[in-house]
Amino acid sequence: MHLTKSITAIGIGAAMIATAGFAASHSEKAASDAVNARHAQMQLIAYHTGILGGMAKGETEYNADMATAAATNLHAAAGFTPDTLWLEGTEQGAVEGSRAKAEIWSDSEGFSDAFMALETASADMIEAAGTDLDALKAGMGAVGKACGACHDDYRGPKN
Amino acid sequence: MRRVIPVLLGCATLGAALGWVITRPDPLEQSYGAGLTPDPEAGALVFAAGGCVSCHAAPESEGEEMLVLAGGLPFPSDFGTFHAPNISPDPTHGIGDWTLPEFARAVTRGVSPEGQHYYPAFPYTAYQHLAPQDVVNLFAYMQTLPIADVPSLPHEVGFPFNIRRGLGAWKVMFFNEDFVLANASDVEVERGRYLVEGLAHCGECHTPRNALGGLEQDAWLTGAPNPSGKGRIPGITPAHLEWSKADLVEYFTSGFTPEYDSAGGEMAEVVSNLAQLPESDREAIAAYLKALPGG
Repeated sequence: MHLTKSITAIGIGAAMIATAGFAASHSEKAASDAVNARHAQMQLIAYHTGILGGMAKGETEYNADMATAAATNLHAAAGFTPDTLWLEGTEQGAVEGSRAKAEIWSDSEGFSDAFMALETASADMIEAAGTDLDALKAGMGAVGKACGACHDDYRGPKN
Repeated sequence: MRRVIPVLLGCATLGAALGWVITRPDPLEQSYGAGLTPDPEAGALVFAAGGCVSCHAAPESEGEEMLVLAGGLPFPSDFGTFHAPNISPDPTHGIGDWTLPEFARAVTRGVSPEGQHYYPAFPYTAYQHLAPQDVVNLFAYMQTLPIADVPSLPHEVGFPFNIRRGLGAWKVMFFNEDFVLANASDVEVERGRYLVEGLAHCGECHTPRNALGGLEQDAWLTGAPNPSGKGRIPGITPAHLEWSKADLVEYFTSGFTPEYDSAGGEMAEVVSNLAQLPESDREAIAAYLKALPGG
């Protein structure tokens, strides 16, 4: 009787440990996937900003169609719904490679306002990029400001 | 021995007297700015380039509130913690009852209206290069700013650094009146030198300091440990930074690095100041940086 009980207890215990282990590894993967996807989002933003910036600096020739396309994609990337990307528990220190500050979740309203500033600036940029080079140059300031303001408050130091 | 003692005493007295003289704060220049017409609008640009709000705005303030120069921001250092004072036009707590010569001496010589040396946390070793017209314009602009009715916080500095007279000796050693880049090759580099070495005081963070807090001019703009203790402030000479002139100008305008990452921390505030200047000034800063040795 005692022995059966003990074996059952060990069995249940082992099963619990195994389940917990699976759950942990599952959420670990989900967390690191989310961080990678965020980095991909940032890369898309940087890539399209780079096309606009290259024209602003005079490194590449101004082309209204290309500039409009870059601004349109920048705006799309800035508008990704945050729910799938900014999973709780994926802050810097918890997941390798993450530089997300805990404030993203503790001050989610502020974070969403900060992201909204990029959505607004990039929407204005679609208009500006198609107008002329001077308008594009002027628009870069607002985009840069939105990136910088959010990074300042919600991005941690380099790992 | 009887003969030696009076000689020694004499030497000591002479030394003390000499020390007293050389550590004496600069006198007021009563006629400062005479004949110059103040232009507060131009002063707003001097104010932006000088980065006054970055230190003197109340901590955590944003947007328009940043023009309320209540002070309070702490600056931890090896010598203690300094607090940026109230420099709003409040007559009691700020600079509202200062005269132009008093203001000019404070900003360009680091001496208070009461005749005391300021700690060099206030970058007067850079501001010494300010043109009188810029000082006059800045003074006029700052009088248009809102009043902050709050007292300045005292500095938390221990002995011997709390003896202000000692700063006179510091000034003798480290208040170098020459520009670091001795020869400016053209007008643009010269303007850039005025901005970088003077008004925008870039060296205060980007140049390493010696044990007494003096800037190591041999290592001008080659980067320095961050006084916060975390990380390093990067070197910005051509040997440290391979950005093109256009890259630099874009960075000063929008804060974007050549990789389209954004400026962070204190530099984000610097960028928001520089972005207010005419593009020619941002180009001049870039031209100066490219003209530094190592290019």
